[in-house]
Amino acid sequence: MTHRDLTILVIDENAIRASIIEAGLHNAGHSRVSVVHDVHGVGRVIERLQPDVIVIDLENPNRDLLESMFQLSRSVKRPIAMFVDRSDSSMIEAAIDAGVSAYVVDGLRQERVKPILDMAIGRFNAFSRMERELAEARSELADRKVIDRAKGILMKSRGIGEEEAYKLLRTTAMNQNRKIAEIAQSLVLAAGLLEDP
Amino acid sequence: MAATADITLGYMPLFDSAVLIAAVEKGFTGEEGLSVQLVRETSWANIRDRIAVGQFQAAHMLAPMPIASNLGLTPLSLELVAPFALGLGGNAVTVSRDLWGHMVGKGAGPGTDPGANGTALSQVVEYRRAAGEPPLRFAVVHPFSGHNYELRYWLSACGIDPERDVEIVVVPPSLMADALATGAIDGFCAGEPWNSVAIAGGAGRIATTKASIWRLSPEKVLGVSARFATEHRPALDALLRALYRSSTWCGDTTNHEELAALMSPAEHLGLPRERLMPILTGHLALGDGAADAIPEFFVPHAKGATFPWQSHALWFYSQMVRWGHAEHSPAQAERARDTYRPDIYRQALKPMAAPMPGANMKVEGALTAAAPVGASEKGLVLGPDGFFDGRIFDPDRLDEYLASQS
Repeated sequence: MTHRDLTILVIDENAIRASIIEAGLHNAGHSRVSVVHDVHGVGRVIERLQPDVIVIDLENPNRDLLESMFQLSRSVKRPIAMFVDRSDSSMIEAAIDAGVSAYVVDGLRQERVKPILDMAIGRFNAFSRMERELAEARSELADRKVIDRAKGILMKSRGIGEEEAYKLLRTTAMNQNRKIAEIAQSLVLAAGLLEDP
Repeated sequence: MAATADITLGYMPLFDSAVLIAAVEKGFTGEEGLSVQLVRETSWANIRDRIAVGQFQAAHMLAPMPIASNLGLTPLSLELVAPFALGLGGNAVTVSRDLWGHMVGKGAGPGTDPGANGTALSQVVEYRRAAGEPPLRFAVVHPFSGHNYELRYWLSACGIDPERDVEIVVVPPSLMADALATGAIDGFCAGEPWNSVAIAGGAGRIATTKASIWRLSPEKVLGVSARFATEHRPALDALLRALYRSSTWCGDTTNHEELAALMSPAEHLGLPRERLMPILTGHLALGDGAADAIPEFFVPHAKGATFPWQSHALWFYSQMVRWGHAEHSPAQAERARDTYRPDIYRQALKPMAAPMPGANMKVEGALTAAAPVGASEKGLVLGPDGFFDGRIFDPDRLDEYLASQS
């Protein structure tokens, strides 16, 4: 048997994530990797590439479209099964949790496809962790801004210093078992309502 | 005794998920002792896969979907059961303004008559073929969907071969209006509110409706894995009771404003409630200023709308065979029929004294007027039902029907 390199198609509307996966596949020694961001016209791409494995993100509503192309067997004249081994539900679950799905040409040996899927799952997880951290960093920044504004309001209305204003916010938060940012948020909101129009 | 189970319920953003959403948001599931979490999904494939790995215990499903799964036709086939139907009707066929213009030229309009408008469409198809133009492209939401089968049924009854004369592709429901507006497709069959969205955007005209192609026809079901149905039967029974009560609430016209408000927020459909009310009243804006009152456009409760008729399962099977999606054999037909589980429905709803039909199958298209049927306890009124071309589907004469549909 010829040890042919697998042709892999990555469909992901998120261009950054797609390129992270592409890089991972290259690093793993797969040179025949194609990426499309838009499912529109993907039928022609599949016809041209005849991929052995298709990796798609689960957020993509066009998954149904992709499956129907396989069922029609017009653009892909080979039977397609999802995942390597239909009975391997832990693998499927890990993929779904990560937000990725793979379609594999029937007859491909499991040991050839599993590392690809493992890699995709790992990259997807890493990407969502990165996104989460970014969102947290953004919200931390927003928190700091709102706390500063709340402090300002307290300093003005109570005629107190910055340190005292912060202490007041912190004590209130502790007493109410809430975050300082939440208390600050409600204070800013309330002050907005009380302001003269 | 409370049925203790946490149930995660998947659904797609379509109006016929109303019975599921109202069951949770109006507290019917809570009153049955269930803790149910609703999860909106982006594709039917995701729903199927998440049921397969046990992330969803139950889900909103296209009626032919569990049948296709049990027949081994889908990429990740697993044994599913459909013990409850989520209403009747709710779809429409919308065509582009351009196509509608040509159809009017061939005698279409002013309403949604499937006979007149279908005949006009067949003449447009004929004209295009003679002129050497490419075939019209229609979209449905999934290959194994009521949409695909009712569109094909309508087209072929009007003399259009859906395999040869037109192209049928799959497009997600929420993208239909855009696909129509940009000319990527010439028409589509989808559930509401996506036809109304296309009409409101000025992209198309409703040509006909599911309710006029096949009156009181099945659309979505509750799909559950066979394993869950076996291992957690008390919880499933409790869920069916909650859904039944929800369907009663959804079907009550005095709740329609509230139901539209419930479905409107961004986490469900994300559309203004005015856009949703026509689905419940059946007074649809068709586009180009036309409007029509469709009898029983979407029926969540009345006329046995929640009963999983095995004759419905067999009709879908007959269409799968017709279009080459499934191979016919007596064993396959039995598998398709037994996907629908009226036995579970009957047992679950017994304590509620809900009206029950006397049989698990009926002759589809046999009732020309509303008729009370042999039902336990309170009365159950069915019909009028039937296909617009006057054909009848007798599930006891399946082979004859298969032979006749060529």
